[in-house]
Amino acid sequence: MSAVVVGIAATLSSVPISTGTVIRVEVANQAAAPKGCSSSGSSGKSSCGSGAGAGDLSPEIWEKIKNHPCYSEEAHHHYARMHVAVAPACNIQCNYCNRKYDCANESRPGVVSERLTPEQAAKKVVAVASTIPQMTVLGIAGPGDPLANPDKTFKTFELISRQAPDIKLCLSTNGLALPDHVDTIKKFNVDHVTITINMIDPEIGAEIYPWVYYRNKRYKGRDAAKILTERQLQGLEMLTDRGILCKVNSVMIPGINDKHLVEVNKAVKSRGAFLHNIMPLISAPEHGTVFGLNGQRGPTAQELKALQDGCEGQMNMMRHCRQCRADAVGLLGEDRSAEFTTEKIMQMDVEYDAEKRRIYQESVETVRQEKAAAKKAELVGLAGEHTDIKVLVAVATKGEGKINEHFGHANEFQVYELSTEGAKFVGHRRVDLYCQGGYGEEDTLATVTRAINDCHAVFVAKIGGCPRDELKAAGIEPVDKYAFEFIEKSALAWFKDYLAKVKAGEIEHTTRGDAAIRQGALLAA
Amino acid sequence: MTYKIIASQCTGCSACEPQCPNVAISEKNGTFVINPKKCTECIGYFDEPQCVAVCPVENTCVIDTSFPRYQPAA
Repeated sequence: MSAVVVGIAATLSSVPISTGTVIRVEVANQAAAPKGCSSSGSSGKSSCGSGAGAGDLSPEIWEKIKNHPCYSEEAHHHYARMHVAVAPACNIQCNYCNRKYDCANESRPGVVSERLTPEQAAKKVVAVASTIPQMTVLGIAGPGDPLANPDKTFKTFELISRQAPDIKLCLSTNGLALPDHVDTIKKFNVDHVTITINMIDPEIGAEIYPWVYYRNKRYKGRDAAKILTERQLQGLEMLTDRGILCKVNSVMIPGINDKHLVEVNKAVKSRGAFLHNIMPLISAPEHGTVFGLNGQRGPTAQELKALQDGCEGQMNMMRHCRQCRADAVGLLGEDRSAEFTTEKIMQMDVEYDAEKRRIYQESVETVRQEKAAAKKAELVGLAGEHTDIKVLVAVATKGEGKINEHFGHANEFQVYELSTEGAKFVGHRRVDLYCQGGYGEEDTLATVTRAINDCHAVFVAKIGGCPRDELKAAGIEPVDKYAFEFIEKSALAWFKDYLAKVKAGEIEHTTRGDAAIRQGALLAA
Repeated sequence: MTYKIIASQCTGCSACEPQCPNVAISEKNGTFVINPKKCTECIGYFDEPQCVAVCPVENTCVIDTSFPRYQPAA
């Protein structure tokens, strides 16, 4: 399998290809032998992945992901990441991206407020690491493609690995230039690479990518997509061969690649990808993208979940991605980039204190262990129950795995699926702040209700009387009695009560409808 | 003639700068400019002008008709 793909690459690099004579060698998509950590157990499902804990993974893999918020769902409640925008150039065009649009009030990939030199980026990383000791991961994700700016990207990695050696290095690429840089990636000890793969069929690719710039030539349509998919899959194999953990991002575009992503999932799993992150298309006319302007819609919350659930039998899925900006700073659900503008950083007098960071991170580990113990204890109580009832609940949290956010202050809700199997994180919903300047706004409340409409209950640290009544009217139970307690333990305790009430005939279990995924700009930072 | 970059359209992404075989492109006030004395329209290097091929915004790298057509040395 590897040999076939390498053979194609040789053809690509040695023969000048014009649009009219595109090579006709098909990339074989048959399942290759699973590699890396992607096979285990009788189910054939990957044992590694977003929700997996220490017990499910080899110690070596666990060590790599245990404090990486993007690779471990469990870690993302505790650890933060940052992106530095050192890579403005790109080598492909995607229909969901418009590079002319830079807006501070918006959170989506490809958007940044200011670009940095590698030297500025290194200073920013040290400043953030000193201020936010739980920041463990530095990623380069654009705003273009890191590997279309190899000098800037690798210079940044070099400076950071010297000044802050405990920080994990990460990059996110479209994969076109990846095979050319795999050995450099390995050399700089970059442990985690994300490739955005939206298709393995050039016909479908032609509807997503208008062109790619490859070997000094612009290719369009199907030819462009064919080169891109071959390079992506080859790059993925090269990385997994070298033991580098790979995450695959896919944008779910209803009517274009939504069904096809099942095939993509199989193709990347067979090539050793560690984790698959299927994300909803973000598309609105004001973004000025092709999809925004032609009215291409994104998926609903339940469409996205159904696809993620469908692929999960093959491989563990990432469901906690916030589709963050190329200059994001903080926990995944928050963005503290405004605290670290270049102007502010240049005035900061920072000292990198590795010991202080280590002590802080040890305290985080203690909280994690308490949380895991609490969840385990609550699960014991469910052991005797047998029911097919599954419900979703929304949670207002600002981290540490606790219900510790006021309903009105939440700019997102985390969603857990509760069943007798336990509490499983299945997604999050971004919303506009309901409470601004102390006053709840009614229009905003309606958008919050729509965003969590598929949930039976919402867990909060506190909630006002007015939204409480309105949520009840919409059939969503506001729950504040578990304020500041651990999420999973509390949700399971509530679920046990719920099952008991259903059993006693006090309430009737009904299924909920669908929910909307928020598309517009994040107006309240 | 030579190519020029329409400043109001340029995103300043820098993609063109390293692709120019003549090192004719440089940054000026956040956007990029082509030195008309150095631009050869990529004739003799590539089938298509590289700045045009890589630019993310259509019709941003365009022919500057105020200069005579580039004549490769015989």
